[in-house]
Amino acid sequence: MNAKGGKAGRQRLNIGAVRSKFSPWTDPSAEPLVRFEGVVKRFDDHVAVNGVSLAIYPGEFFALLGPSGCGKTTLMRLLAGFETPDEGRITLAGQDLAGQPPHRRPVNMMFQSYALFPHLSVAQNIAFGLRQENLPKGEIEARVQQMLTLVKLELLARRKPHQLSGGQKQRVALARALAKRPKMLLLDEPLGALDKKLREETQFELMDIQQELNTTFLMVTHDQEEAMVLADRIAVMREGQIAQLGRPEELYEAPADRYVAEFLGDVNLFEAKVAKTAHPIASIMVPESDQALEVWDDDCPTAGSTVWLAVRPEKMRISLDPPAKGTVNVLAGEIWDIGYTGDWTNYVVELADGKLIRVARANASRVVERPIGWDDKVWVSFDPDAGVVLTR
Amino acid sequence: MKRKPGERLAAIAPYLWLGLFFLFPFVLVLKLSLSDQALAMPPYAPQIDWSAGLAGIKRFLDALDFETYARLKSDDLYLVAYLSSLRFAAIGTILCLLVGYPIAHGMARCAPGRRNLLLLAVILPFWTSFLIRVYAWVAILKPEGLLNMALEAVGLPGLSLLNTPVSVYIGLVYCYLPFMVLPIYAVLERQDHSLLEAAADLGSPPWKTFWQVTFPLSLPGVAAGALLCFIPMVGEFVVPDLLGGAQTLMIGKTVWTEFFSNRDWPSASAVAVVLLLTLVIPIVLYQRQQAKALETGQ
Repeated sequence: MNAKGGKAGRQRLNIGAVRSKFSPWTDPSAEPLVRFEGVVKRFDDHVAVNGVSLAIYPGEFFALLGPSGCGKTTLMRLLAGFETPDEGRITLAGQDLAGQPPHRRPVNMMFQSYALFPHLSVAQNIAFGLRQENLPKGEIEARVQQMLTLVKLELLARRKPHQLSGGQKQRVALARALAKRPKMLLLDEPLGALDKKLREETQFELMDIQQELNTTFLMVTHDQEEAMVLADRIAVMREGQIAQLGRPEELYEAPADRYVAEFLGDVNLFEAKVAKTAHPIASIMVPESDQALEVWDDDCPTAGSTVWLAVRPEKMRISLDPPAKGTVNVLAGEIWDIGYTGDWTNYVVELADGKLIRVARANASRVVERPIGWDDKVWVSFDPDAGVVLTR
Repeated sequence: MKRKPGERLAAIAPYLWLGLFFLFPFVLVLKLSLSDQALAMPPYAPQIDWSAGLAGIKRFLDALDFETYARLKSDDLYLVAYLSSLRFAAIGTILCLLVGYPIAHGMARCAPGRRNLLLLAVILPFWTSFLIRVYAWVAILKPEGLLNMALEAVGLPGLSLLNTPVSVYIGLVYCYLPFMVLPIYAVLERQDHSLLEAAADLGSPPWKTFWQVTFPLSLPGVAAGALLCFIPMVGEFVVPDLLGGAQTLMIGKTVWTEFFSNRDWPSASAVAVVLLLTLVIPIVLYQRQQAKALETGQ
């Protein structure tokens, strides 16, 4: 343990657990499909979108993530044409969208409520967009059939929406939005109305469909897990602005500030003072421990500054015995609460000064020698690279 | 399952109501229509001789016949009056739809605050007497009325509308418009706005969206409104009497004439019974459509 987390700097590793070759945003010659440039949208005196600039690349699965009222849905509706920006501009494939009504924009949207036409059958719903283009009848039928196959609803083509389950309605909505082969598909909380199990299945199907059609997807969601599973990149939004933009693992492991750290997953935040910095390690003092904590000094300000240390529960270790002498970053406490979810056990530990922190442990084996119980005295420790120092 | 007495009363109350205020009067009218005209008080025969007991009732039943209905059939006047009424009602209903739908649509698209104000404006005429409102139209449409005064003031020739079918249609549309507007408004107001956005998103311009989405989904409201207008219009008396003049033939007026001018109560009753049976057809059709709609969950 000591060898891994010792004071001597070790080689810096990559952030995250996922390796992706798809990263057009790092290529300066790549041409984005959609560009938001300083977009502002006000409703009366409320600023829903406050100066957002953003580029989405062809073939990307992009997610706008944030709590309700953060402006993510408004941003999507601006692109669909249901709202017009007060400032800034939106371009699609290099073309300014200003003045183009929704029915002329080459993007299609899957609505949160699905908005299926109740008086039309599944096949007629899917054909609706194609009929507006006055395509020959044979071609419409072929395209509808193709879409039904894609979402596996061939047998339900003649049903009316009210005869479908929630999951089936979701597929019809998806097929209808994809039938016109839009340059970009907009998904408004696509899985929000489904139950957990169906949501997980549908997530992977959605990814498969996106890969198969190679369409650019823009998704709005408040569900961080959904965004992380599906998206190539996520923009976390707060009060009409982008708080952080990056790959899911970048947002999770290297959040820009406390807001992002707390919005994505669980996190333990310690307010701290920087004691000294000796590259690559910084020593910081927290009120919960009389010993200085050792952390990587990325972006760590100079000694004396106030910072926050963010450590994810699963990156902490918990034990009933005091760790070996010389182990860094040890906090003593008492078990306050235990939440058992099968795959994980979440311990809430009360530290000496009464602060509660969360420690998560994967239940990697079925049997344990000494189970941890309520009111047990425990030691929590973590490696210098487990935490992130935040200045905001 | 045992029910409390109050619950049972609540369950039979509608039947009690219908029996007392619809079925019982209808049976009376039906009985009247099977009687014969008589120079007596009341002016029809037979009467039940209650003192003779069961035998009296039997004698009464034997004296009833369908003679009056046979007379209705033989006289063209009645058929012409029925057809004329149906035509007035059908055209009146269509005119109501043409005027009422845009009003209902406009109201449903308004901001919620303004909506209530407009709703109030639609209902407001009900606060004055129906008769007075129709008389007001007489004052507007008569040769030296407000309309012609206005036309003269701008140098246009006057119109003689009173006592023509046109003035009857004006009166019918004016009186029955709220019954068309309100059900359509109720349906449109409930319509999911995201359906319109979805249609636009799929490439449908607004006018096409109206015919492809808004209108088909509002058909239940249109049907309800049409029924609420058509049925009372067929039997309408006040509007054709005050605005239509002598040559306008409508069944409501025929009933009035038979009853009060000819004192032929059996004929008046027979005309009313036939009218009711005619009107049952659209009601049954509407009921079936409603049941189907309920079944499909719309």
